[in-house]
Amino acid sequence: MTEIMLEIDNVSKIYPGRRGIFGSSPEVHALKNVSLSVRKGESFGLVGESGSGKTTLTRSILHLETPTSGSIRVQGQDLGKLSDAELRRLRSRVQIVFQDPYASLNPRMSVYDIITEPLVIHHETLGLTNRQRSDRAAELLSLVGMGPQHLHRYPHEFSGGQRQRICIARALASGPELLLLDEPTSALDVSVQAQVLNLLCELQDRLGLTYFFISHDLAVVRYLCDRVALINRGELVEQGDCADIFDAPESEYARMLIGAMPEVKVPASAGRGG
Amino acid sequence: MTQPLLSIRDLHLRMSSFDGRAHVLNGINLTVNRGEIWGLVGESGCGKSLTGLSVSRLQPTPPAHYTAGEILLEGHDLLKLSQAEMQRLRGKRIGMIFQDPTTNLNPAFRIGDQLVDVALAAAERDPDVIGCSPNAGRRERRQAARKLAGEMLARVGIPNALARLNDYPHQFSGGMRQRVLIAMALIGRPDLLIADEPTTALDVSVQAQILELIKNSVKDFDMGVVLITHNLGVVAQTCSHVAVMYAGNIVESGPVAAVIGNPVHPYTRALMSAIPTRETRRGELRGLAGSVPNLITPPPGCRFAPRCQFAQPACTAAMPTPVSVGDSHAAACIRVNEMEALVDD
Amino acid sequence: MTTTEPNTADDFATPRRDRLRRAFFRFSQSKLSMLGAAIVAVVIFFTVFGTVLAPYPEHVGGGVDTASRFIPPSAAHPFGTNELGQDVLSLVMAGTTVSVLAGFGVVLIGSVIGTLVGAVAGFARGWVDEVLMRLTDLTLTIPGLILAMAIAAALGSGFGNMVIAIALSWWPGYARLVRGEVLAAREEVYVTAARALGATPKRILFRHILPNVVSPIIVKMSLDMGFAILTVAGLGFIGIGVRPPTPEWGTLLSVSRSYMPDYWWTAMAPGMAMFLAVFGFNLLGDGLRDILDPKARR
Repeated sequence: MTEIMLEIDNVSKIYPGRRGIFGSSPEVHALKNVSLSVRKGESFGLVGESGSGKTTLTRSILHLETPTSGSIRVQGQDLGKLSDAELRRLRSRVQIVFQDPYASLNPRMSVYDIITEPLVIHHETLGLTNRQRSDRAAELLSLVGMGPQHLHRYPHEFSGGQRQRICIARALASGPELLLLDEPTSALDVSVQAQVLNLLCELQDRLGLTYFFISHDLAVVRYLCDRVALINRGELVEQGDCADIFDAPESEYARMLIGAMPEVKVPASAGRGG
Repeated sequence: MTQPLLSIRDLHLRMSSFDGRAHVLNGINLTVNRGEIWGLVGESGCGKSLTGLSVSRLQPTPPAHYTAGEILLEGHDLLKLSQAEMQRLRGKRIGMIFQDPTTNLNPAFRIGDQLVDVALAAAERDPDVIGCSPNAGRRERRQAARKLAGEMLARVGIPNALARLNDYPHQFSGGMRQRVLIAMALIGRPDLLIADEPTTALDVSVQAQILELIKNSVKDFDMGVVLITHNLGVVAQTCSHVAVMYAGNIVESGPVAAVIGNPVHPYTRALMSAIPTRETRRGELRGLAGSVPNLITPPPGCRFAPRCQFAQPACTAAMPTPVSVGDSHAAACIRVNEMEALVDD
Repeated sequence: MTTTEPNTADDFATPRRDRLRRAFFRFSQSKLSMLGAAIVAVVIFFTVFGTVLAPYPEHVGGGVDTASRFIPPSAAHPFGTNELGQDVLSLVMAGTTVSVLAGFGVVLIGSVIGTLVGAVAGFARGWVDEVLMRLTDLTLTIPGLILAMAIAAALGSGFGNMVIAIALSWWPGYARLVRGEVLAAREEVYVTAARALGATPKRILFRHILPNVVSPIIVKMSLDMGFAILTVAGLGFIGIGVRPPTPEWGTLLSVSRSYMPDYWWTAMAPGMAMFLAVFGFNLLGDGLRDILDPKARR
């Protein structure tokens, strides 16, 4: 039996409704009894469209949001039962890369400051000297395919792909075991997406990371992930091995999603005109 | 065949900025006939949106400056028209859809009123649009336009269309708003539709529906469409023809089946191999090293040469001209005829 | 996508200097901004050197020359002399120091207090926000000049007291601005990223939020400089600011009021000085907003 890295057990999240003079809004069930488990070292894909609850789930795993019921365990530790100090220590082991590389880097911080920030925050756990931090920053940059000459530049000087590499370097700085990837390539051009996806594959092989990959792009999930779960309106619709779901989807929703995938297939009938 | 609907000939566009002058469009040639859906694909910064904006003349000048070329809409050069004349063409002859459906609808007005305004404006040029004589009273014309607005909404697949005319944009979901915008673009029965990344902000399932809608509209209205996208999958799904752009040039163009079935330009090949498919095995996705060149000091000769795996010294000598490789399929690469042999190696 | 792909980092040798050059380029595109910057430069020059360069330094110190009262503008006295025979140009030049320094002091103290209040309110939210912002609203309901008068009356007149008095009615604008900016900045993805990293609230506020709200504060400070100078002059005009013989624009104008319109030149120079300073700071502020405010950009 392989070790379980992340276990989501019957998690629900209800945003309370509002009542006011200008109309009221009903309560929103963002997540309904979601259960899934991610094994150590695998890539787990979570696929859903906008409003499906995948963002709420991600935020819950990061403990930026508290589920209404259910529990989230990282390597057996229940997030809801941790003290602040334990939670802080846990944060060094669970990291995230966001979708928009233009918004997720502080424009006033240099690349060096950005990458070393996790090292400064977790200095109690990691215990690095200034010198060691500098070395580590250079090492992280080279790990993501950039060079030490980029250390003292600012985010706006980089292209989208380079920024996403910086985000990955920051996420790796504290030596996490679980990486949440929240649509890390959907803001990038295909050629750059390919580079970043390859980098992610390579990093996983080298560092033995576990990926929790959130996406709406089925082609990317199929490429990167071992197992996949489909989420629709806060409920898990289907989960299983990637190959199984793509070859023989069981649910109507999965079939619809796979059918709607814009694949580069040569159309049977050639276009007219010309 | 008679005059093509849209014919862009040798269009050159320059942009001035702090860093200098960038030659952002560098001799674009594109011909769109009625019934054709042309996909314009490429990475960001390749000039595909600028081409679309040039046709609708929405690119402000300055900073942009057209240095050469013409954009002919059934023989009339759009670049020679005044903004006022152009304003009359937009909506009526040229319809436009943009990426973000939220910012392109006025939140303060009911969508019915917004549609009616567009229809009435179009009717000033062609009374047939609302099927009502130009001498008819204001009220009568408004009613006719409203009826048409309801029909258009129903046609783009909005359930309960007549009732929804009274709704405000915020009462629609993203996909529905894009449908409203398509209805708005189509209500004046344009001859040419320019859709700039119309589905990028939408979910895949909605995207498929919107693309289907565009395809059907082409048949219904006998239009020509320029669909600007970065997604080759969308092109394969929707378009009849495709033009692949790189750094301000069209590098390969032709019928979709020919270009996607048998891409000959190294850039098109690279773009296609960067998309993960069913067969791609983990870690074997082929990215494209490097990045789009700086257009202020573009590389000499073929602009793709610095990133091209097949580049040779001759590539940097001169900008390659399109070479025909089949039925209206052309690619701007000097090694295009060797490509098959090169790829086999 | 409206322009070409942003240049990648490899193109730049010195990023910081390049950024400055870029900003200056954008700033210099507007002639009015450049005019504003030039006026402000002149004003600051006189703030520092006005007293030293004054052609009749003895008048600045309070010396009188009753023999030459009310001389109209001439070569010896370009702006004429006043009722005490003092050279108006000298007084106005020397007055720059007091007026501009007081204005700067007001804006500085006001912005520091306002930024603190606004940042804490926007960051903490909840009841802290509620209490601080109601306090801000309360201060806003009292007309600034009257509050300043009351405070000045309580503390007594004088340079320092005047500055403090005006600053205490000046901070609410900053508090509101900063609170709004902080509320917006705390929703930025990079702030979420910092929270996910486990950063403490203090670190998030000082490293991630405040540095990103500095630009609008600087813009407001430069726009406010003009009004602060006016307010200082206003207090001087009604006689509770700096007392003569220390030259100050408002006081100068106030005294010359009695001699209008016969001896118009006594009022013209301080009036023009005030006009130019306010005008210059406003143009500069507008120009800075164009280059610093991300919402106005692109």
